[in-house]
Amino acid sequence: MTDVPEAARRIRSGDPRALARAISRIDDGDPAVIEVLKALHADTGRAHVVGVTGPPGSGKSTLVDKFVREYRERGLTVGVLAVDPSSPFTGGAILGDRIRMQSHALDEGVYIRSLATRGHLGGLSGAVMEAARVLDAAGFDRVLIETVGVGQSEVDIVRLADTVVLVSVPGLGDDIQVLKAGIMEIGDVFVVNKADRDGADRVVREIRSMLETALVNGASPRALSGTGAADRGGHHIAFAAREAVSSHGYGDAHGLPPVLKTTAETGEGVGPVVDSVEAHRAALAETGLLRERRLRNVGYELRGALGNRLLARLGTPDAVSRLDRLAEDVVEKRRDVYEAVDVLFEELC
Amino acid sequence: MDRKIRVLVAKPGLDGHDRGAKVIARALRDAGMEVVYTGLRQTPEQIVQAAIQEDADVIALSILSGAHNHLFPRVMELLSEKGVNDVLVIGGGVIPEDDIPFLKKAGIAEIFGPGTPTKATIDFIRANLKR
Repeated sequence: MTDVPEAARRIRSGDPRALARAISRIDDGDPAVIEVLKALHADTGRAHVVGVTGPPGSGKSTLVDKFVREYRERGLTVGVLAVDPSSPFTGGAILGDRIRMQSHALDEGVYIRSLATRGHLGGLSGAVMEAARVLDAAGFDRVLIETVGVGQSEVDIVRLADTVVLVSVPGLGDDIQVLKAGIMEIGDVFVVNKADRDGADRVVREIRSMLETALVNGASPRALSGTGAADRGGHHIAFAAREAVSSHGYGDAHGLPPVLKTTAETGEGVGPVVDSVEAHRAALAETGLLRERRLRNVGYELRGALGNRLLARLGTPDAVSRLDRLAEDVVEKRRDVYEAVDVLFEELC
Repeated sequence: MDRKIRVLVAKPGLDGHDRGAKVIARALRDAGMEVVYTGLRQTPEQIVQAAIQEDADVIALSILSGAHNHLFPRVMELLSEKGVNDVLVIGGGVIPEDDIPFLKKAGIAEIFGPGTPTKATIDFIRANLKR
């Protein structure tokens, strides 16, 4: 892909081989792809990016499969990025999300790509943000990102997605689990999957109760300002409070994010979830919060990219030996850690 | 740059189980490869589309039902129709010795029968990648 304009043209036209190759180059850290990404920049920002996250085995892949079907019935094209973990020991991975999605393999309006985390923590792969941009530039109307099965604190998806669908299932723990900080704070649309199992209604009640409490606690001027509270914690609450005075069908009468039951296996309840995602999308656009979220997310991305570039400078042999000498200084008490960092920082910048 | 080998493990046809495919998937994973598994009962068309979308370096076909002489060459045919010529395609499962020359002629690079040590497959992939 040395011919940048040609590669960009093929990606814009949605050629799956060009998309696939570009995403591999991003994933492999091939610097040659950067020029292509630059050429595509003006074509991005159109797709609505939907994150789907939740614990292992909660049915995320099956739900994504059904979301794709629903979107296709509505005449929209869909790109899917499905992330599974890499082995921390061998670097290998089994990427199995696709098994549930193969019914779309022959549909030209759908592109599905599996990605391994390759050592990246936080529930995503390091390549996923740029891969999503490639799909965006290729003209897909919706980009669905399925995270790895998450625990309590892998919330990176919130820095990438316009709308986060948080999937829970019955039987994972008591009501304290939904009160904990972290994953339960990031949902814009809450889904209780496997709703044919015992305990689904209880999980719905617990999530609603958690959201109500958050709304009460979050209804401060700060939460409504959309700046401070627009950060991770409570961002949906700030949103919901604004939404209470808006009218586009997202959330309930009190401005709470929707909590919906699904049985992904049969597709039951999937339509209303997609309705809610679409209502959230409309609400984000109408209230100006889409721009706010994207500003915040690009801010995170810039910080990350800067950090990576600094770390890359530390990778040169000279820098490594400099770092080693400073480490020795710290151990021998000639300098403290803060002073050593000052020295490094001066030299790197 | 950290180039990873990506392998699509696929089961064409109507086999009822995929134990062998899972064993090989696991072995390739442990050899540091990224293995995309597509599950049972895939058509050659689905396999080829998945390989393109996943940018697979290798397609590993596994079959038990006896339909290999039809399905394996069909995969090769579709790949060439799509202009994909840089993917290594290998096969495994229950395949009689006598059929192997025909399959190789159709473009399957190697056939690994029951009892093949997984290391042989791994070494073959590493030595024969087309890109």
